[in-house]
Amino acid sequence: MIRFDNVSKVYPKQTRPALRDVSLEVEKGEFVFLVGSSGSGKSTFLRLILREERCSHGQVHVLGKDLARLSNWKVPQMRRQLGTVFQDFRLLPNKTVAENVAFAQEVIGKSQGEIRKSVPQVLDLVGLGGKEDRMPGELSGGEQQRVAIARAFVNRPKLLIADEPTGNLDPQTSVGIMKLLDRINRTGTTVVMATHDQNIVDQMRKRVIELEKGRLVRDQARGVYGYQH
Amino acid sequence: MRAQFVLSEIGVGLRRNLTMTFAVIVSVALSLALFGGSLLLSDQVGKMKGYWYDKINVSIYLCNKSNAESDPNCAKGAVTEDQKKSILADLQKMTVVDKVTYESQDEAYKHYKEQFGNSPLAASITPDQMQESYRVKLKNPEQYQVIASAFNGRDGVQSVQDQKSILDNLFTLLGYLNLAARGVMAVMLTVAMLLIVNTVRVSAFSRRRETGIMRLVGASGFYIQAPFIMEAAVAGLIGGILASSFLVVVQYFVIDHGVSLSTKLPLINFVGWDAVITKIPLILAVSFLIPALAGLLALRKYLKV
Repeated sequence: MIRFDNVSKVYPKQTRPALRDVSLEVEKGEFVFLVGSSGSGKSTFLRLILREERCSHGQVHVLGKDLARLSNWKVPQMRRQLGTVFQDFRLLPNKTVAENVAFAQEVIGKSQGEIRKSVPQVLDLVGLGGKEDRMPGELSGGEQQRVAIARAFVNRPKLLIADEPTGNLDPQTSVGIMKLLDRINRTGTTVVMATHDQNIVDQMRKRVIELEKGRLVRDQARGVYGYQH
Repeated sequence: MRAQFVLSEIGVGLRRNLTMTFAVIVSVALSLALFGGSLLLSDQVGKMKGYWYDKINVSIYLCNKSNAESDPNCAKGAVTEDQKKSILADLQKMTVVDKVTYESQDEAYKHYKEQFGNSPLAASITPDQMQESYRVKLKNPEQYQVIASAFNGRDGVQSVQDQKSILDNLFTLLGYLNLAARGVMAVMLTVAMLLIVNTVRVSAFSRRRETGIMRLVGASGFYIQAPFIMEAAVAGLIGGILASSFLVVVQYFVIDHGVSLSTKLPLINFVGWDAVITKIPLILAVSFLIPALAGLLALRKYLKV
């Protein structure tokens, strides 16, 4: 699903690499936590998977494709098989819940019939059935994140990337979001989640990858958060 | 669905940016009206050349008695019958000459009277004072120099005058006007393009949230960029339509009707509707393509895809 071979990333005008010689593999259907302090390279790691950036050395394979050799015009096709969720939700404030989710399908040219079918389905899945016509501003943070997850999942991606999805939420709401991500993972979707939330990592007992100053320092199955702030 | 989605995005974008859109429309309209006007002026000059060059002559004025006293070219006295014959014979031998007609003093007097009628000066003129002349029609009006060099300074010839040189001054003036119109057009079009680049930049910035999401869910580059480019192209097209309407209005109200220059200036053979109509597709195409191009350039810089 994801394979990093000796990957390094140096941003232009910076001497210290954001990632140094990282090698790892994530199998289909896995749930992986990515932990590490700020500046440890978590975001760079995710950006490489999304091909927002290209690595400086090594090779990144996502969904069996070498991203360095993927031409620019094929990147959108690749991204259609990925879903992304962020700490700040990134919803469109002037569109309803259903329109926000439908947007992800409209812009890749899905038919209206398909949209009408899949949007209510995915909203039910994330527990927002009946709230289709609400505006994002009327929803709680947890509900907004559910909309964002629905939008990420509506195109049935093979891989879900979550960048601190619970970072803005209280512990109780976070648990709800984690249950949802776990359910999505059980449908066969691989989930990679960057987080700072110690409780969640410790409770879920999933694979943990820890980065420190751009190096891979721990890769542990059924791991715990493990490092102190 | 796709088309409807794109169209609604364009509408939203144009309204959000109303002042800039207005500026783009006005500058495109002005520059393309100038563009069309300058194209029509070129047509007009071409048409006038064709029309007038057909009618103009080179005149070889012959010495009369009064010239013989005042003009150094005629120091040898008024033209003689022999001189006239040899001039005519030489003219007829020249290959550049199409037709030669002779104008006697009486005929010249008659033409003069027709032209200046009852002015006080005309009353004091007598046929004696008029000059005989040969009116030479050339096969190609540009070849005036051949006649001038052959007959200037010849005995009995007072002067050789080319009517084309009088017209050419007019055509040169029109040529400069045309050049000026194109210069202003280029400046206006540059302004329009800069405005478009700025409009697209503002537009891309205000919609960065949407485009960011589009990128993440895998919308194609074309799909992300199309609304912005279409926005610029539609604004430009509105300007092009205004410019075309302007030309039509001018042709209708200034040339054909209303001011109706075509009846007031019968000597000028104005370009017709066919000329105006053929310019319109060109103007519309330019008004659509140039803003689209400017939009594309702006997006390369300001919108990550």
